[in-house]
Amino acid sequence: MSVLINKDTRVVVSGLTGKTGTFHADQCMRYGTKIVGGVTPGKGGMMYSGNDKVQFERPVPVFDTIADSVSKEGANACVIFVPPPFAADSILEAIDAGVETIICITEGIPVRDMAIVRARLNETGCKSRLIGPNCPGVITPGECKIGIMPAKIHRPGTVGIVSKSGTLTYEAAFQVSNLGYGQSTTIGIGGDPINGTSMLEAVQMFNADPQTEAIIMIGEIGGNNEQIAAQWLKDNCKKPVAAFIAGTTAPKGRRMGHAGAIVTGKSGSAAEKIATLKDCGIEVAPTPAQIGKTLLKVWGK
Amino acid sequence: MNIHEYQAKELFANFGVAVAKGAAAKDVSEFEAAVASLNGSHVVVKSQIHAGGRGKGVFKDGFKGGVHYAKREEAVEIAKKMFGNILVTKQTGEAGKEVKTIYFTEGCDIAKEYYLSIVMDRASGKDVVIASCEGGMEIEKVAEETPEKIKKVFINPETGIQPYQIRELAFFLGFGEKELQKKFAALIKGLYKLYASKDCSLVEVNPLILTPQNDIIALDAKVSFDDNALFRHPDILEYRDLSEENPLEIEAKKFELNYIKLDGNIACMVNGAGLAMATMDIIKYYGGDPANFLDVGGGATEEAITAAFKILLSDENTKGILINIFGGIMRCDVIAAGVVAAVKNVGGLKIPLVVRLEGTNVEQGNKILAESGIDITTASDLDDAAQKIVKIVSK
Repeated sequence: MSVLINKDTRVVVSGLTGKTGTFHADQCMRYGTKIVGGVTPGKGGMMYSGNDKVQFERPVPVFDTIADSVSKEGANACVIFVPPPFAADSILEAIDAGVETIICITEGIPVRDMAIVRARLNETGCKSRLIGPNCPGVITPGECKIGIMPAKIHRPGTVGIVSKSGTLTYEAAFQVSNLGYGQSTTIGIGGDPINGTSMLEAVQMFNADPQTEAIIMIGEIGGNNEQIAAQWLKDNCKKPVAAFIAGTTAPKGRRMGHAGAIVTGKSGSAAEKIATLKDCGIEVAPTPAQIGKTLLKVWGK
Repeated sequence: MNIHEYQAKELFANFGVAVAKGAAAKDVSEFEAAVASLNGSHVVVKSQIHAGGRGKGVFKDGFKGGVHYAKREEAVEIAKKMFGNILVTKQTGEAGKEVKTIYFTEGCDIAKEYYLSIVMDRASGKDVVIASCEGGMEIEKVAEETPEKIKKVFINPETGIQPYQIRELAFFLGFGEKELQKKFAALIKGLYKLYASKDCSLVEVNPLILTPQNDIIALDAKVSFDDNALFRHPDILEYRDLSEENPLEIEAKKFELNYIKLDGNIACMVNGAGLAMATMDIIKYYGGDPANFLDVGGGATEEAITAAFKILLSDENTKGILINIFGGIMRCDVIAAGVVAAVKNVGGLKIPLVVRLEGTNVEQGNKILAESGIDITTASDLDDAAQKIVKIVSK
């Protein structure tokens, strides 16, 4: 067991024939991910096997629409690499094609476009789950990697990791692996103000997953995602949880790289988040170098 | 992206939102004509800077108030005192901001003041109109002390603001009377249309006023835009005022680097926004003070890394540099080559440099640094790196 993706997940790549899409689709396939198709409007019907820099191990069929890849190849996950002006359109296309798990890597999507996507996801009868945008993706080590994270730092195991930040996720996964443990699934939910899956939904999935024995939650300034997850964990989760919150030194009113990482007034500050997490009995790592060690401490390992 | 009040008012007028008549002047020679174009015995003289709290601000030479209600014959003299002067408000920091534009508006008689804004609510993913009868006050303060005086109306971005929502707001603000309701509806519809069609991240009117003649007018205007959406609004991009931005931050943007200048003395270069923030935090945790936030992102080229390193060196406060890279898409060898090129380019490194590389191509990266002959302290992990740079700089 794991959450969201496993060895049977059938992935279609939106933006496959672009530079970024090609590079990462190749990396994912070499990891063992079942890439069953790519979507590039106008190139449907061709078999694609890479560009002058990257050669796939085997050619991948290209479709004009995501719906075609679902009906012809049974795709049940879609990873999106298309540029920001077109990314929300791709997400909506995947939702309408009935794709269960949509993972959007693209950074820089207009907030208004994401508000429309969110309204669509909230509609009754919508079966899709969106991860991201502006995220590294999802990996179930040893089975399936959908995203841009370096494969080497992950090991199969029982720690569920959820994070708003890409490189901090790598930091946490690497520490867990180096301490002799591994990850059930690692989810990057992204640092945008409006995204598909919240911190709360991610920890709920980990709580329900029998393979996941312990949880790491990595947050940052902006919004109140972390506090909501913490309140829920306090009342519903018996698994050990460790956390880290980035941005203690971030100045007020400035956007720290991620579109969503901003302290407005008194709300969204790291201090406020850390205090709430601690009140909920969650151990917060004092530095980003001690995330792994902090988890082992609460885990009793 | 932020814009000036006079630009925001221009947008308001374009969208049918009532504002007091005004004229902006960017040179002393334009002051007389600007005032002459306005009616009435009084003129409001307003300093234009990208920061709030102007009214209570103080100029560096001691002149008080960035906004003055003046007799029309005194307006030009007051404007001259503001122009070219540095205005310090609680939002500008001690350095203050130079006033390069003066906005003159006709004076309005005020019967009552209100607050009105539109923002995106992150939690629900909906637009939210925030209204209050406590105009001219700091809205965060009102929200904290008297939350019952604030009304929030959530709007589905797919359908936009509906008539019943406009009525709800009108009744709350006391604009229930038929004529007033009509005027308020025109105003809020215009504001919402501006907000939605131009990808605003904030539209704020504080205060919104009711005049004794029963007109509803936006007395102040604050509008900011979603940077991610500027690509589809070339008209809005025209409003950008580069002199309001930090020159180092402008330089960084050219190379698609995320750079924010801070007040400390330990510069840092990191990949990933979360890790970049966490690196600042850990410097502080071990007793140091970060000089900046810098996320070089995942796709940076050697040239961008070189540019980034030069930006860090050009900050006079920098006493040491910490490079922290966890290579994913970003390769450690690209970082290393960029740093070596930058050091050569500036004719050698005069301040201490601590480097922690991890992840993709870490061996090649370390090799490039080791063979470069540059004096570099390497670190095994982030704790080690932060402790080393803090120790070296505090010596």
